Amino acid sequence: MNAGFITGHLQTDVGPVPQISTVWSFQDRLNTMKVRWSIGRMSYRVLPGIYAVGNPDKSSRVFVTGNYKLSFDHLRRALIGIDGWLLVIDTKGINVWCAAGKGTFGTKEVVRRIRIHHLEKLVDHRKIILPQLGATGVSAHEVKHMTGFAVIYGPVKAVDIKHFLEAGLKASDQMRLVTFPLAERLKVIPVDVFYGKYYMLLVPAIFFILSGFYPGGYSVDSAFTVGWKSTLNLYSGYFAGCVITPALLPWIPFRRFSLKGIVTGWLAAFLLLWLNTLGGSIAETTSWFLMMGGLSSFMAMNFTGSSTFTSLSGVQKEMKTALPIQIAMVSVGLAGWIITRFLAL
Amino acid sequence: MSRFTYLTDVVTLKLDPEKCTGCRMCLIVCPHAVFEIEEKKAVIRYLDYCMECGACAKNCQEGAITVKSGVGCAAGILNGLIRGTEPSCDCGSGGNCC
Repeated sequence: MNAGFITGHLQTDVGPVPQISTVWSFQDRLNTMKVRWSIGRMSYRVLPGIYAVGNPDKSSRVFVTGNYKLSFDHLRRALIGIDGWLLVIDTKGINVWCAAGKGTFGTKEVVRRIRIHHLEKLVDHRKIILPQLGATGVSAHEVKHMTGFAVIYGPVKAVDIKHFLEAGLKASDQMRLVTFPLAERLKVIPVDVFYGKYYMLLVPAIFFILSGFYPGGYSVDSAFTVGWKSTLNLYSGYFAGCVITPALLPWIPFRRFSLKGIVTGWLAAFLLLWLNTLGGSIAETTSWFLMMGGLSSFMAMNFTGSSTFTSLSGVQKEMKTALPIQIAMVSVGLAGWIITRFLAL
Repeated sequence: MSRFTYLTDVVTLKLDPEKCTGCRMCLIVCPHAVFEIEEKKAVIRYLDYCMECGACAKNCQEGAITVKSGVGCAAGILNGLIRGTEPSCDCGSGGNCC
């Protein structure tokens, strides 16, 4: 666990409390980039507990966050110039919103941390500031009832904390809103890119092998010439769904992500048709349209998990019709393509 | 940019105006500004913006709000289907997860 952000220790009534920097080091920046690309994302944590920014005293504000290092980093960076306490609760290294959805950023853990770190001895007021998105897992009135501490929900984003404090612990309507602009969408795209894991190599490899077959025999030459085209087609379908669809989300017609995915998947297929990689026969080309459309549709639908506005009921409704269609498209397309390896259609 | 709307008329969010005291807590915690205050009570103004995160229900002291909350995540729902459990974004230990 990297704790380079600790600059010293503060003596308090509850023992020494680590003092932390509000500035990101090069290492912090580098690690932020790495976890955005899913490298070590599930083990990017800080030790739960109390931390100090600046020189806080008994009257200073208490800010609660989860122990995903990225959440912790955004909070401490936002607190530059402020004297305050951080209460980092154990969310198993998951960000606040997701952890709140799972209940790990929840009433129980908040109450437990208040108790084991003796917050009532550290500060003489009875208020804690939680990120608004923690509200999915935390019941403010229950925390108050169990600990005496009133939960104040801060803004959605840590950057707005200063304005929130200056406004007398009030967040503007804008600060309470979760939006999903292009920049935010681009940040979460890499996570879905790696959804396929090792299948992203295994599947093209199988296509390379199958590509060697032609009606009447097998040729290594064909395995390569047809194989790389197949790989290009597959990746185009995949990325149309998990990169192009999220990036262009508001501009692609339809509300269902699965339909948006078919649109982008087929646009990619038309482009490849023009580049002549979808095979020479109508049967083969149709097979690729089915596979690419189905694959892109599935990957686009998967992005509902990274989006910030889809409901469980909505996604369930969408999947009920989309999933069977996607499976059918990919299976029929795959079967069709394999048949064209052996029969001249 | 304006807010996104996902599918319409599917959300399970309900508010009992009888129980509402107009404390505004739901307006504070909702990330999609679904609620408004009308005549000193909360009303569901934009139902289709709701993502069923459950923050409002969890923080409603009067128990006036109900919603079947959960993750609007296809991978999570798929996990649930495969394992025969409720939709879950716990993608297994050590795996990639939200």
